[in-house]
Amino acid sequence: MTATHSSFIIEARGVTMVFGGLVALDSVDFKVEEDSITALIGPNGAGKTTFFNCLTGIYTPTRGEVMFQAPAKPGGRDRARSLKGLSPDKITSLGVARTFQNIRLFNNLTVLENVLIGCHCRMKAGVFGALFRDKKTRAEERDMADFSYRLLDSYGLGAVVNDLAKNLPYGAQRRLEIVRALATRPALLLLDEPAAGLNIGETRELEDLIRLVRAREKLSILLIEHDMTLVMSVSEKLYVMEYGRVIAEGSPGEIKTNPEVIKAYLGEE
Amino acid sequence: MEYFRDLFISGLTKGSIYALIALGYTMVYGIIALINFAHGEIYMIGAFTALIASLILGQLGLAGWGLFLSVGLVAVLYSAMYGWTVEKIAYKPLRHASRLAPLISAIGMSIFLQNYVQLVQTPNFFTFPNLVPEISFLEGSTDVVNKTQLIIWLTTAALMAVLTFIIKCTRMGMAMRAVAQDKDMARLTGVNIDRVISTTFVLGSSLAAVGGLLIGCYMQQIDFYIGFLAGMKAFTAAVLGGIGSIPGAVLGAMVLGFAESFAAGYISSDYEDVVAFVLLILILIVRPGGLMGETQTQKV
Amino acid sequence: MAPDTIKTPLGPAGPETCSGAGGCPGKSLIAENLTRLCFWARELKASFLAALWLCLLTLPMVVFKINPNDGSIVYRWILLLYVSAGGFILSALWRLMLARRDRVRYKRAEAELGAAESGSGRGPERTWVDVAVNSRYRKPAVGLVLLVVASVPFWGAPYTVNILITALIYITLGLGLNIVVGVSGLLNLGYVAFYAIGAYTYALLNYYFGLGFWLCLPLSALSATVLGLLLGFPVLRLRGDYLAIVTLGFGEIVRLVLTNMAVTRGPRGIGNISPPGFFGLDLNGSVKPVLMEWWPYLDPRLDLNKAFLFFIILGLVTLTIVAVFRLENSRLGRAWLALREDEIACQAMGIDRTRAKLTAFALGATWAGMAGAVFASQVTFINPTSFTFMQSVMILSIVVLGGMGSIPGVIIGAVVLIVLPEYLRVFAEYRMLLFGAAMVLMMVFRPGGLIQSARQIYVYEPARTGPAADRGGEALKGEGR
Repeated sequence: MTATHSSFIIEARGVTMVFGGLVALDSVDFKVEEDSITALIGPNGAGKTTFFNCLTGIYTPTRGEVMFQAPAKPGGRDRARSLKGLSPDKITSLGVARTFQNIRLFNNLTVLENVLIGCHCRMKAGVFGALFRDKKTRAEERDMADFSYRLLDSYGLGAVVNDLAKNLPYGAQRRLEIVRALATRPALLLLDEPAAGLNIGETRELEDLIRLVRAREKLSILLIEHDMTLVMSVSEKLYVMEYGRVIAEGSPGEIKTNPEVIKAYLGEE
Repeated sequence: MEYFRDLFISGLTKGSIYALIALGYTMVYGIIALINFAHGEIYMIGAFTALIASLILGQLGLAGWGLFLSVGLVAVLYSAMYGWTVEKIAYKPLRHASRLAPLISAIGMSIFLQNYVQLVQTPNFFTFPNLVPEISFLEGSTDVVNKTQLIIWLTTAALMAVLTFIIKCTRMGMAMRAVAQDKDMARLTGVNIDRVISTTFVLGSSLAAVGGLLIGCYMQQIDFYIGFLAGMKAFTAAVLGGIGSIPGAVLGAMVLGFAESFAAGYISSDYEDVVAFVLLILILIVRPGGLMGETQTQKV
Repeated sequence: MAPDTIKTPLGPAGPETCSGAGGCPGKSLIAENLTRLCFWARELKASFLAALWLCLLTLPMVVFKINPNDGSIVYRWILLLYVSAGGFILSALWRLMLARRDRVRYKRAEAELGAAESGSGRGPERTWVDVAVNSRYRKPAVGLVLLVVASVPFWGAPYTVNILITALIYITLGLGLNIVVGVSGLLNLGYVAFYAIGAYTYALLNYYFGLGFWLCLPLSALSATVLGLLLGFPVLRLRGDYLAIVTLGFGEIVRLVLTNMAVTRGPRGIGNISPPGFFGLDLNGSVKPVLMEWWPYLDPRLDLNKAFLFFIILGLVTLTIVAVFRLENSRLGRAWLALREDEIACQAMGIDRTRAKLTAFALGATWAGMAGAVFASQVTFINPTSFTFMQSVMILSIVVLGGMGSIPGVIIGAVVLIVLPEYLRVFAEYRMLLFGAAMVLMMVFRPGGLIQSARQIYVYEPARTGPAADRGGEALKGEGR
């Protein structure tokens, strides 16, 4: 296998996002390596979620480029493609999945159905398949239901598959949202403040979950987070943003002692 | 040129009536994000109450300006009562429900009121006497502008001014603006939400009642169905101008009034009613915020 | 002593010590009765005030009736009595039901929170209606009902057959709208437009070109679908209420255009629409006498064309039920549900929102088109007054009041809203009044509709090891619809 290609999953070059008179993102350069866990941190209002939204197609960057490169199959070529201007559903089908800061589950559907919907972009059946239920469609439905169940079971939600999503406790809902994103079989998983609203014990569980996901699913993870303990213990690379700009990047150890970062969070002496 | 002038005057008059009704729609939507389908029926009830009051008070010997104003007062009073009651029954219990439930409830209330009036009075048309007293200085030019039209314009303008004063300069007006912006925050700062909402309904209904009285004098004919069509069009006007915006409602109403008048005059009178709906669809596709609304972005 | 407590000979007593059905052990019997008395006094006063208010409110309308002929007033003071009595009782009932509703909701919220700890929580509030519909006896019961219904033309009066045709048409319409409103959450208030297009397609083709029912049925469906797509394209970006208004406007535009266009003959309508052909035979002329010999229980007044139409629509309804059920439980149906629940998350799952909405709109319209063609055959004369906003409201009510997203709900809704009034003709005058009131009451007390939809339950067999494990779980329909 040749290694001359750069092994990034997603790379943002000079991404700028302007809303009317407000510059939310200012020439952000950003890279997530293959098979890594990267974190994006920064004070509130730094533009982290805006950046996420640029990556996932909810916003189109005013300037700059977002390149995505799904890991090549053995023997195949790498192909980087631009995500700019694509709609969110297209981006998801290419292999970028996300969770949301305020959990966005399909509340009145069951846990299993939530995950089945995650499988949507990996299924083919259309109107005719739905109406006539031919063999291929039936097999697809069965396989996907089976896959969803096993996925849920492997992450500890097997017992609640038939419960309505809104009836789950908060920690389980977070977990479900992540599992649902996994059902889209992404190459890159974006987690938007996954620890929000979790207590210490639940955050520890989340930590384990993130590591488990990365080990099992062979994907890269990018997370926005405020809980520093979680960030420091789980991430391999950090980017720090402030006022729409990346002010530092590096390993957790480097970032901890970076004076710019300290200034951004704590202010000057 | 005379034709144009007549169309213009007719458009202005229509627009004024639409404005009076549209304001009720826009205020209620601004406060609780509900399309008050029953509002058109409140307008219709105002017209009916005016008619009944005019007959009774007329028998008691009132006439001229006295009759006109007292009938107006009675109509306003009763429409306000109906508006208040409708809110308490059909909307208040649904404050925390989904989007669909209050909408269905509103439609149900509209149907109920329509049929209520139809049953207790009659499905037929009623002749409505023109209660506007003679205005001496208009005597010579009645072929251009007649007294009813003038009264409609003046009343609408005066009520606009009063409403704007209430919204901008009184405590209740400020409370209404606060609730329209952020209901929960307003509650936390001590605003009595229930009272603000009730006041909004009462204000809107009062304006609609005046509209009902005036349309009765103008068309000299009412029946239980006038609420539906006028309501639809007034709502279109409110959306046209930007739902939730008070000047927008007036602007939209005027635009609609003129558009209808000129379309009926120059294109075809058959399609007069279509104008409203076509305008509605166009504006929602091109500029959903309305003429004076802002585009709303959704936070993800 | 706390301000809320009252001093009684047996010791202090107050709301927190003595209210509730449990009563108070021991001391404060007097206090308990006192509290109860206060409660009833308050309730009486509230009802009395409500009755007074109602009297005042209805004074002009109800009591002073205008004679349309001479403009004089008829005073009907006696009605005031009815209003006050009715108002008194109804207001008490209203407050009672409202309090009960809020208490039940509070309890359920508490239960949900408690259940959340243990992680169990099945579905929306399920009452005996839901259980009855979804019980094990459902399939045989449905089969029985179907058999009975299908047999009606063989012994029933023409009147009955006609009502059933109407009911079945509305079931079709309701199921079609259910896809748009119930499943996808797209509020369409102008559904009647597609119904009208379907009906007029057949009527016009029949009137101008003499084309028959069987050829026009798919054409009606097609024209409605095309209209659905045309409407869908521009309005897809609109949210909730705006979509509702635009669709309402669209419905009205279609009606107004049909009224004013020359080719559709405006208010004069189109008559003499041919019924569906049965192998070219004259059903009433040649077939009926033969049939009556073999089966004497046939009502001689029965128009066999209508009977034939009845079986056509019955077949159509059956197909529709199967189709809608399959759609709802498919990849497409789940995409629609996701659309309804959360559009942003739906997109994040790789679902093309626009395509999903368009499909919902178009498919929903298709059924309306077919129903329209059947309607045209049934009434043999159509004009724009059959396709008003009230029709859209009626169809919407069938879906919403019957049970959003629930197939049995829609069917029951159609039966209640269409068939019942026909047999309660004595209330005909009050029909719309009661309908409006029913809408308000349903939304306040049971917004999910008569029959709440229950989610599909998947039951899994534990996987055995080996190749059989790949077969994995079976998705079985437990408490489904």
